[in-house]
Parts: sequence; structure tokens; C-alpha cells
Amino acid sequence: MSAFVGKYADELIKNAKYIATPGKGILAADESTGTIGKRLASINVENIESNRQALRQLLFTSPNALSFLSGVILFEETLYQKTSDGKPFVEVLQENNVIPGIKVDKGTVELAGTNGETTTQGFDSLGARCQQYYKAGARFAKWRAVLKIGPNEPSELSIQQNAQGLARYAIICQENGLVPIVEPEILTDGSHDIKKCAAATETVLAAVYKALNDHHVLLEGTLLKPNMVTPGSDSPKVPADVIAEYTVTALRRTVPPAVPGIVFLSGGQSEEEATVNLNAMNKLEVLKPWTLSFSFGRALQQSTLKIWAGKKENVGKAQEGFLARCQANCEATLGKYTGGNAGGLASESLYVKGYKY
Amino acid sequence: MASASAFLLKSSPVLDKSEWVKGQTIIRQPSVSVVRCHPNAPSALTIRAGSYADELVKTAKTVASPGRGILAMDESNATCGKRLASIGLENTEANRQAYRTLLVSAPGLGKYISGAILFEETLYQSTTDGKKMVDVLVEQNIVPGIKVDKGLVPLAGSNDESWCQGLDGLASRTAAYYQQGARFAKWRSVVSIPNGPSALAVKEAAWGLARYAAISQDNGLVPIVEPEILLDGDHGIDRTFEVAQKVWAEVFFYLAENNVMFEGILLKPSMVTPGAECKERATPQQVADYTLKLLKRRIPPAVPGIMFLSGGQSEVEATLNLNAMNQAPHPWHVSFSYARALQNTCLKTWGGRPENVKAAQETLLVRANANSLAQLGKYTGEGESEEAKKGMFVKGYVY
Repeated sequence: MSAFVGKYADELIKNAKYIATPGKGILAADESTGTIGKRLASINVENIESNRQALRQLLFTSPNALSFLSGVILFEETLYQKTSDGKPFVEVLQENNVIPGIKVDKGTVELAGTNGETTTQGFDSLGARCQQYYKAGARFAKWRAVLKIGPNEPSELSIQQNAQGLARYAIICQENGLVPIVEPEILTDGSHDIKKCAAATETVLAAVYKALNDHHVLLEGTLLKPNMVTPGSDSPKVPADVIAEYTVTALRRTVPPAVPGIVFLSGGQSEEEATVNLNAMNKLEVLKPWTLSFSFGRALQQSTLKIWAGKKENVGKAQEGFLARCQANCEATLGKYTGGNAGGLASESLYVKGYKY
Repeated sequence: MASASAFLLKSSPVLDKSEWVKGQTIIRQPSVSVVRCHPNAPSALTIRAGSYADELVKTAKTVASPGRGILAMDESNATCGKRLASIGLENTEANRQAYRTLLVSAPGLGKYISGAILFEETLYQSTTDGKKMVDVLVEQNIVPGIKVDKGLVPLAGSNDESWCQGLDGLASRTAAYYQQGARFAKWRSVVSIPNGPSALAVKEAAWGLARYAAISQDNGLVPIVEPEILLDGDHGIDRTFEVAQKVWAEVFFYLAENNVMFEGILLKPSMVTPGAECKERATPQQVADYTLKLLKRRIPPAVPGIMFLSGGQSEVEATLNLNAMNQAPHPWHVSFSYARALQNTCLKTWGGRPENVKAAQETLLVRANANSLAQLGKYTGEGESEEAKKGMFVKGYVY
């Protein structure tokens, strides 16, 4: 069961490696229309296409911000959108050496017979869709599997189902020229301690990599987007060093060196928390053969969104805020973040209980 | 990461009694420490703390120290008999004792050898000078190890393949071996490419290894995990690569399911090479490339050491291949655990004669030194003897 080496193999390896460039990371700007509606609602902005376009334009044309990014994940609508000057967003990114990516899953549905566990949809015509996205300029994809911790969760069913789903998605992407970001998110919801999260993370990742190997996925042409290992949202917080040790240990036990980069999700962490934790991980003096970077949505955009508030006159300031977060996280991937270049906004928790993406 | 590991290992996650008793599906506990929960009585949960966890990590690191590798001298009595027969000696305990005394007493052996795997008889033996074998090794700065499997037997329902016995009573045996001074264990499963391998055989090999590894760690022994993919066959290197990827994926998945702590194990894989009867041979560079690719795709970085077996390669071949692998940086200590590839010339030089002991020990040190250099990527191959270049592949070799 060798890895599948199809016609895109070299390109996949090259793109995955580029996205994992030390000092760069990913902006997750792939909120579905429904989800972005919630964001816009929080700043009293109507959820219409022109507003969605305006927000994304704000982000992608932020002066100098793109230099800290190696990739941006887009929602389908955005992949085909343009700036107000008529330039396709995809071109804006490409010109700035940022690889466009595309969310390809179609959301989660509940697994009957479980206590609220889910599986992810999106396989129908996935191959054909990937081909279309490749034509439109996308070179990587993202698919979010969700697991939770509870007295009997994650269940064997949930682990197997989500691992198999990720593996199937991954190989289909690779057949069609897209680097798959493999995202098995374990939600922070709950009152469990960090050890329980570590246990669940190690178990889930072991199952994920077994499934990827069984499906002949070329690991050198993938990226991993895991949760950090933290206490549950209802439990007392722990210092960044502790989060770093548990997280890196879990990854050292499960992720083969062939994977070029690990790009963390921020979950519900505040902007500052996410950056500080990433920084602590990169400062650890232990062998980490993969790049440890970011693929942040809320943790890059939250304060930018609030500053913008939908008003044209705020765009400049909002873009400055965005640049600051990008820069901070870039420093964190190099273990060089000295902290505190935020204010109240960046320290705001972004946790939402039972968060539906 | 020493302090971090210590921190993590001391505080072990515990299965809540209510979770256990419910009998529902619970998430498996991680190998953050070696915790086992045994509900001996309905109302009492005996929680065995991971008392060996720190020691396991330390032992594994010691065996995986730079410039050193393992001397495998754990031939069963029957196999040792074959070795002795090849130099015209009778298979008696005295002869086995004499030979093993020669090996463990080679002066300065500990400079190149970090661990020695013993057979059970040898673990309890003394040298011909009346000193415990184990004590001689420890004095030489060599960690004693013990073979704990009970050999290969036919696997019913397979394609004429085998499986490895030895789990029965393994907990008490490993505990006893620890008392006697052993600090690591070895268990050899095999997979045969000409016979498939069948999914059944691969699964059994991987699961058996995982069970053995968990039990060993519970009793203070670092398990060497050895799924040997036999050299037999005329298949090419690509086929070996394909099979190896499957085998290692299974092995690591089951190790994880059995809550084995990866910082406290060592691996003993076969290198990725063409089959012994394949017409197309591979250069050391090719062997290194394929083998490293396999390791990068399957081995988590938490594993401290990978000690390759020689499996019938000539002494020089085994050294050259190891050296090629250590030319580029990689995350693990990549070294050797050789039996025939260390002992062959030594055995022949001894020939059973006391007057040859010193010369034989010299040749052992020469091979040990060569492989030590190979571990550091510095082997040059100067001055190798003809004997050392002789292939040692035996078709259908029964260990």
C-alpha cells in the first residue's frame, strides 16, 4: 500500500512545502455564507454579497499583510469574486505569492445513535468540483471533521467515521491537484482537563494517520490542521508552556515527519492567546520535524472586523489591525513573539459554546 | 525535552471508576504515562502508577546513544547450535558459555555497543571466570536485554505463514527478567513477501508486537519492536517498500491502541532492499533513500531509536547501508542491532580454540567499530577482509 503518486505528485509536494514555509501561515477566510452572516451581524452589517466582498477585499488588499501569509482558504463564492477594481481575488493572492485554497466540505450532520457526534458531508461530485476549483486557481483544499469530548466521546464510531472521511477527501483532492488540509477538530467544549484532551487528540490523530495510510494518501503532499491540546472551555486555564508541551508531545507521538507542516486552528481562543500558544510551541527545544504554524479564522479577523464595523472610512485602520495580527503570528511561528501588541480586542475570548461553524 | 517528558509522565490520566464500570465506550488513555487500571474487585480500582515511565525513557535514550548500537547475541540454543556446528563444535552449555564469554568480555566493547540482547540461558549464566554475564555487561557500560518471544509457529488460515508466540505469562517473565538485570526486551515477528503477505499475517504480527510492547513497559523493560520483513524472494525494492509501508502503519496503529509509550520503545526494522533472489540489486544509496522515505512516512518522531537488523546481509553490506542512511539529517538515532553481521568473522576466527580468543575479540571490535562509524555516517570501508564481505543469506532461514 504505497502512497498514490499521480500526475500532480510533484506539484502537491511543492505546494505543501511552500505553505509550510517557516514564518508564514494561513488565513482561514472560508466562512460559509451563513457563518459570515453571523460575523457581519455582530457589527450590524447586512449579509449581502457586496458586504461579503467588501470584507474579503479589505483583508486581501491590506498593505504588506500578504507577505506573512503562504495561503488563504476561500469559500466557493469568494473564489470567483473580484475587487471593486474588477481584479479577481485569486489573482490578487497569486501576485503576492499567496496560494489560494478552497473549503470543499458541505458541513456536518449528526450521527444517529450518538450523543450529538457528527460526520462531515461533501463527497458527491467532489472529484469534479476539485477539478473546477483547480481551474479557478485553487491549489489546496480544506475539509473540517469535528469531534467532541464527553463521558463516552469521542466514540469509536465517530473516530472511525471522521478518520475515514478525511482520508477519502484527501485522496480525491490529491487525484485532482489540490493539497488536502486534514482537519480533525476536537472541540474545547466541556469541563475535562488537559490530559483528557491529550488522550483524545492522540487517539484521534493515530486513527487519522492510519486511515490516510490505508487510503494511499501521499503524506508529503498534505498538511495537518489540528486543535491545540488545552483544558476544556469550562476548566481552569493553564499557562502557554503547558499547552505547548502537551500539544507538541501529542504531535511527536502521531505525526510522521513526512508531513511538512502543521497549521493550528484557533478554536475559540482569543487572538492573543492563540498567538502566545503558537509561540510557546515554537520555542520548545525538542525535535519537531514539521513546521508549526497557523491557519486562523477568528483569531486573525476578529478585531479587524470590529474596527471596520462596515464603514469605508475605517478600512485603513482595520487593515492596520489585520497586519498587526498577521505579523504577530508570523513571529510566533519563529518563536520570536514578544507579545502585547494587541489591546482589549485581541484578548477577547472568541469561544462560543456548542459553536456551529 | 527531558523536563517536559518528566512532567508529563509523572502526572498520569486516570480512568474514572464510574466510566470503567459503565462498560461504555470510553476514550483510550494516552501513553502519557504507563497507567493500567485493574478493577480487581467491584468496589476497588487498583491503579498502577507509571513507576517505570522515566526509567524506560532513560534506558531507550541510553541504548540510542550516538556512535553505538546493539549486539544481538540472543540465539536460541538450537540456533546457537547451528553456529557452533559451523565451526565444528558440539552444542553443549559449556561451549555456548565459552562463546558468549568471549563476546561479552571483548575489552572496550562498550565504546561501540550500548546494549546486548541475551537468550534466557545466558541471562542466568556466568562467564567461564564465574562472573555473572549480566554484571560483565553492566561493567562494560552495556545494557543487558532479553529475548522474550517463544519463537515462530505456523499461522492457521494463512498462506503458509507464521506467527510469533510468547504472550502467555509474559508479565511475570518480564518482571523476573527485570529482577535479573535486563532492562530491554526483544520480540521478533516476521512477514514473508513470497507468501503474500496476507492481511491476516500482517495484522497478527502487528498486534502481537503491540501486546508484547505494552506488557514489557508495564514491567520495566524497553520493548524493541521488530517486524522483520524477510529477505527471501525475488521481488524488487518497490514491492518491499509497499509491504513495509503497510506493516509499519499497522504496527504503529496497534501500538497506539495498546497505549504504548513511544518515548520508551526502540524499533528494529529490516532495511528496504530488493529480495535476496532479485536480479536487480540496489546500491547502498538506493537502500538508504527507500528506507528513509519509509521511516519519514511511518515513524513518529517521539521514537528515540531505530536499530536496523542485518537479516542475512554480509557484514560489509550491513555497514555500508547503515552508513548511507546516516549521511543526511533525520529525526531519529539510526543505528544497528546486528547478530550475524557482527559475529560472523569473530566466530570463524575463534573456531572453538582458547588460543584464538583474543584474535576473535579483535575482529568483533573491528566490526563494532565499523558500525559505530556508520552510525555517525563516517565509515570509509578501508581494510575490510574478504570474510566480512561474504553474504550470509540463507534461503528459508529458520532463526
